Amino acid sequence: MEIINLIEQSYLRKDLTPFNVGDTIRVHLKVKEGDKERIQVFEGVVIAKRGSGTRATFTVRKISFGIGVERIFPLHSKSIEKIEVVRRAKVRRAKLYYLRKLKGKAARLKEKR
Amino acid sequence: MIEGLIGKKIGMTQIFDEDGTAIPVTVLKAGPCVVVQKKTVERDGYKAVQLGLLEEKPPKKINKPLEGHFKRANVPPVRKLKEFYYDNDDIKEGAQITLEILEGCEKVNVTGISKGKGFQGVVKRWGFKGGRASHGSMFHRAPGSIGSSTFPARVIKGKRLPGRMGGEKVTVRNLKIVKIDKENHLLIVKGAVPGANGSYVFIKRADFKRKK
Repeated sequence: MEIINLIEQSYLRKDLTPFNVGDTIRVHLKVKEGDKERIQVFEGVVIAKRGSGTRATFTVRKISFGIGVERIFPLHSKSIEKIEVVRRAKVRRAKLYYLRKLKGKAARLKEKR
Repeated sequence: MIEGLIGKKIGMTQIFDEDGTAIPVTVLKAGPCVVVQKKTVERDGYKAVQLGLLEEKPPKKINKPLEGHFKRANVPPVRKLKEFYYDNDDIKEGAQITLEILEGCEKVNVTGISKGKGFQGVVKRWGFKGGRASHGSMFHRAPGSIGSSTFPARVIKGKRLPGRMGGEKVTVRNLKIVKIDKENHLLIVKGAVPGANGSYVFIKRADFKRKK
């Protein structure tokens, strides 16, 4: 196991802004179209973080034109340009799957100060 | 050049390439090995080197004939021995073999003992489709008919039936080498390798051609 950690060490992204579950973040993603590269932004609430080492991922949920959209990103992928934390929230559990059932006002989270 | 060497499976993980795509990889600890015996056409009828894997823990007990075998080559006792082909003659008994033998090599074949699955039915063991689960079906995972009646009046040899699965020698060919760490004797290949973590594997160059 230590050997695996040793190998993963060099592939970890330590430059990204740390964030927690419940935070609203903006993920700047590098998108390749043909031979051009552009940045796409995905903004939403982090509802889950899982895994360790290079296998870690996080799930971002947003409401797009009234429809809930969730995207799972590999935390250490080089296709993530940067992460901005827009708002920090106080939450009492690690996985916010209950937000899927809630809409509008009920789906708000308490802001952390 | 020696065809390959002995290693151990450490485990799997994933790493990222330049454009951020995740590649599934297996980490193998390959070598260092020692040449315990060199076999030649003149004396043994074929060309091979017997390699032994040097591990942190040497064998606890060793019998007299084996002790003599190691002493002859002037190498420490090892747990695992395996023969590999070679094509040049400047290899000496007692020499250390490391990952350097994979230099200039892009792909490897890896052999291991697959994980034992116990007694399994035909759906898992042979990939039979099985019947439907619902709508009054009374045929789920059974093998069905296993042959004809009066002729041939027996089950054909090799008929795929339930039985012990796994725990057999499996070779995965042409695994791409992702990274070689000579210092720590680590080899990283793309894809899965047979066997449990910590089990022995034999790593061979995919481009090695045997000469007569």
